[in-house]
Amino acid sequence: MKALARDILSTSLTLLVFAVVAAGLLAGTHGLTRETIEATERAARQAFISQTLPAGGFDNDLIADARPLPADTLLGLKRPGQAYLAKKAGAPVAVVLEVIAPDGYSGEIRLLVGILADGSVSGVRVTEHRETPGLGDYIDKARGDWIDQFAGKSLANPPAAAWRVRKDGGRFDYLAGATITPRAVVKAVRKALEYFAAHRDTLFATSPKETP
Amino acid sequence: MISPEAREIIVNALWRQNPGIVQLLGLCPLLAISGTVVNSLSLGLATTLVMAIASGSVSVIRNFIPQPIRIPVFILIIAALVTVVQLLMHAYVQPLYLVLGVFIPLITTNCIVLARVEAFASKQSTAHSILDATFMGLGLTAVLVALGALREVFGKGTLFSGLDLVFGPAAQDWVIHVVPDYGGFLLAILPPGAFLGLGLLIALRNWIMDIQQQRAPRLVPAGESP
Repeated sequence: MKALARDILSTSLTLLVFAVVAAGLLAGTHGLTRETIEATERAARQAFISQTLPAGGFDNDLIADARPLPADTLLGLKRPGQAYLAKKAGAPVAVVLEVIAPDGYSGEIRLLVGILADGSVSGVRVTEHRETPGLGDYIDKARGDWIDQFAGKSLANPPAAAWRVRKDGGRFDYLAGATITPRAVVKAVRKALEYFAAHRDTLFATSPKETP
Repeated sequence: MISPEAREIIVNALWRQNPGIVQLLGLCPLLAISGTVVNSLSLGLATTLVMAIASGSVSVIRNFIPQPIRIPVFILIIAALVTVVQLLMHAYVQPLYLVLGVFIPLITTNCIVLARVEAFASKQSTAHSILDATFMGLGLTAVLVALGALREVFGKGTLFSGLDLVFGPAAQDWVIHVVPDYGGFLLAILPPGAFLGLGLLIALRNWIMDIQQQRAPRLVPAGESP
């Protein structure tokens, strides 16, 4: 009986020692890499958001100047999102909105829509989607240049009736085999512009508190 | 230069007991991530690294691990190593980390890692254990890359797309378009393509083995166990 107890004790202690050593190893690595990871995450996010803005068109830290964006049907947001204000020499020049296209082929498509002060689109990027690989995923900049055609478009250009893919009589290209995906994106960008038109002043307010 | 035992280990790991097409271990990442050559190669090498360190460290301490709790200890060591690799990848090759995503932590549950630790490293010398784990990993990587190349060429008509995720934007032009203006073959990219591709690779290996066996029936050892 005593031998058994001793056996159990020594086995558990061995396991404990291994667990402590492993935990120490993890804590050490975590401590060493934490700052680098935070910095790369932040840099990657900043670089990604700035893809929707004209190169060199702003000089502020987009993430530091982020402000909450209320849940709104025009933006497709069910929960509050974020808007990133781009400034040049302290004056706001553009804003990047988080937008969700709810009617993609397989669920939501999350977008970042950059809009300049004059109400025209500076750029759009897809942040998250589940569209069919090889068919609907050309909306992703990594898979094609399709998303670039939004640059320069505004509510008046093209006119409202032409804010559709070509198949539906609009101005926007699409690739054969996948029309639901681009349709959803075009619609979401248009709605984002409508939201911008309605909330331009609050979005460009330099004090974040004035955001509704 | 190479001792007969080492030679035996290498041939065993790469061909006779290849984890991907003979032991059929670690199929979860094999099938999920093998859509392109770059993804395959990255996950394959990450797995190899974990296997080599895990087998090496288990072999060093194999005499201190009580028999009844050896499996929990092995898992603990493997999980800790995988997390370390994950943190390092997140810190220094972030784009690749995003692509491989959940499959990095899943290396822990890849049974090939535990299988080599349990079947080989817990009984053999440290040098041989590291050698075995490295080449088992490379054997798996080779199958992954073959499968990735197969699926990428048939599915997208390219090779090495996504190299820029590893080497930065400069590598964007390194993509080889094997078939220009290829329309794409969806089946090859989606998971069923992975099963079909792996089936073809296994069939190919069996066919080669058959031919060898017919030519020299006595030279091929049957029922070889690691």
